[in-house]
Amino acid sequence: MEHDGELRAMGAEALDVLIAALVARGYDVIGPTVRDGAIDLHKIHGMGDLPIGVTDEQEAGRYRLAPRADGAVFGFSNGPSSWKRHLHPPQTRLWHADLSGDRPVYVSDVEAPARPMAFLGVRGCDLAAIAILDTVLAADEHYQARRQNVAVVAINCGQAGATCFCASMGTGPAARSGFDLALTELVGDTKHEFLIETATPLGTSLLAELPTRTATDEDLARAAAILETTRTQMGRTLETAGLKEDIAAAAESPHWQEVAARCLTCGNCTMVCPTCFCTEMEDTSDLTGAHAERWRHWESCFTLDFSYAMGGSVRHSPASRYRQWLTHKLSTWEDQFGTSGCVGCGRCIAWCPVGIDITAEAKALQAEARP
Amino acid sequence: MDTRGHAPASLLPRPMRVARVVTEMAGTVTIELEAGAFAFAPGQFVMVSSPGVGEVPISISSDPDDGTPLALTIRAVGATTAVIAAVSEGSWLGIRGPYGTAWPDIPEGDLLLMAGGLGLAPLRGAFLRALRAQERIGRVILLYGTREPGMILFDRELLGWMRQTRAEIHVTVDQAHPGWTGNVGLITTLLERERLDASNTTAFLCGPEVMMRLSARQLAALGVSPSRIHLSLERHMACATAQCGRCQLGPLILCRDGPVVRHSDVGRALGIAEL
Ligand SMILES: Cc1cc2nc3c(=O)[nH]c(=O)nc-3n(C[C@H](O)[C@H](O)[C@H](O)COP(=O)(O)OP(=O)(O)OC[C@H]3O[C@@H](n4cnc5c(N)ncnc54)[C@H](O)[C@@H]3O)c2cc1C
Ligand code: SF4
Ligand code: SF4
Ligand code: FES
Repeated sequence: MEHDGELRAMGAEALDVLIAALVARGYDVIGPTVRDGAIDLHKIHGMGDLPIGVTDEQEAGRYRLAPRADGAVFGFSNGPSSWKRHLHPPQTRLWHADLSGDRPVYVSDVEAPARPMAFLGVRGCDLAAIAILDTVLAADEHYQARRQNVAVVAINCGQAGATCFCASMGTGPAARSGFDLALTELVGDTKHEFLIETATPLGTSLLAELPTRTATDEDLARAAAILETTRTQMGRTLETAGLKEDIAAAAESPHWQEVAARCLTCGNCTMVCPTCFCTEMEDTSDLTGAHAERWRHWESCFTLDFSYAMGGSVRHSPASRYRQWLTHKLSTWEDQFGTSGCVGCGRCIAWCPVGIDITAEAKALQAEARP
Repeated sequence: MDTRGHAPASLLPRPMRVARVVTEMAGTVTIELEAGAFAFAPGQFVMVSSPGVGEVPISISSDPDDGTPLALTIRAVGATTAVIAAVSEGSWLGIRGPYGTAWPDIPEGDLLLMAGGLGLAPLRGAFLRALRAQERIGRVILLYGTREPGMILFDRELLGWMRQTRAEIHVTVDQAHPGWTGNVGLITTLLERERLDASNTTAFLCGPEVMMRLSARQLAALGVSPSRIHLSLERHMACATAQCGRCQLGPLILCRDGPVVRHSDVGRALGIAEL
């Protein structure tokens, strides 16, 4: 554990008390839940909605749920959805206009959710992704309206997938910052408990309502051992030293063509990415033309429309579109926003229909740069 | 960390009334707006909405300093620009901005402006500023290339500038018509004839990307420092507030870091196909 916050322990069933305490404070609690064969992030009402005793098996191009015997609550790694879906939704109405009078009236649709959101079970990689979105979308009023007042309950990751590489990216498996409370799940033969740590006044006041005991040295040792195990479970690594420069220098590498021979340009990788933020605008109007709306929806740099300008698509070839994605994530993001655009969550690897692996492609490009 | 563009940026347009529409040539109009006090610097652009239809980036073509109305020169090339270019006087457009970087302040020494086609519009304000600074600076050279004699933007104004100012103005067309006695050929052929004092020249370029790429390369070969060659670049722009990701060119977000950029900052990127 890397925090000096107050550390307590509680029985696993106290998670229900935590959820109830958040609901009582007016939050909509969003957490992991099984939907359509995957663990997705939706509104939950109690512990029973969480994927208790469910795990996932992930590999390049593969994702499958499986039971786990120990009844762990957070015994899986990331599913296809990220918190981006709730902070920067796939569709947002930006404004509407009344065009019935002489002078048009534009009305902003910047709106905070009716109830603030509480995110339950945010892993280190996704905490980092939220911090990145906070920077990228700092000036976006619609994002900020949803982001304000979000409560975050993090989970120190106890189950990494074969596609994970957060340890390489320095974002996990421990939750570092950006949460009110952080949990560590201690699953054993006889006891099923959570270590719980507070980082903010909100966290402290929630903690006060939970049936906890003081954490012991033994609890701490178990938590540290769990994080160590998680670290070794990760099936992927990425060498970040010199990565930004090597990828920038590889712009004209023949390797992009080699990836493009496999890539379907489906854009799945950008949709599941917790930091991809790109959007398109679209206007709608009613039949009379008296009412118009502007909508914003997710867009991907894998589409031809994405770069449409000057009478054509700037990035016409699949190779140039894959290059944009990987280069933005691992190199130019840093020029633009001061951090990497990749947090090591591994979603793009699991959800690529043909199993293209960003870590493998980066390694190939690095090898070219430093033979 | 880069903190530019971090002020809350509203995506809500402001309604502005169309005061006057001037037809420049077939399919191209200049729209003057009742914008009230609207501060901008030449080279910047606004987002123009026709609600229910769409929104497009358009450069400001008016004089920033003489109190004339905010003017936009628009060519109808697609669904949204066709509707916007067809607005009538007294109707309304939605405007937000201004956005992006401007042409640098008029530098000491010689100033060379190179415009292709509609690219003269974003350069107009800079040219007018240069005329006002002519006592202080050296030569003011404007090279303009367009497809054919019927497509010379601001033709009457160009004639006036040729007759009444000290600016050296040369026009060329890709295809001549019978009766055209002027230059024929690419804008780079005009450049070949200028005896530039390369070490003392600053260049502003705006036009089709291939024209700017060739011209910038030629200028650099003549000895003009790439850090004194400024280009105005165009990419798809949906937000203009650095939030939609669409206008990236390598490390640059062109609605924020551009549209006006130094050749020294983009030369490599422009040379890489499909970046
Ligand atoms: C910073 C910036 C400043 C700009 N300033 C101006 C300006 O001052 N005046 C102006 O008229 N335009 C300007 N543009 C270009 C203008 O924004 C586009 O022409 C416009 O977005 C096209 O939108 P549309 O919906 O009408 O066409 P779309 O529906 O996007 O395109 C449909 C058709 O138009 C063609 N097309 C699209 N864009 C262009 C283009 N740029 N040139 C030629 N054909 C095209 C396509 O081939 C297609 O057939 C600027 C662009 C940028 C990024
Ligand atoms: S990788 Fe593509 S979709 Fe993702 S943020 Fe970058 S440009 Fe946008
Ligand atoms: S890398 Fe995979 S997920 Fe991404 S666009 Fe290509 S095929 Fe689709
Ligand atoms: S236009 Fe949206 S990021 Fe530049």
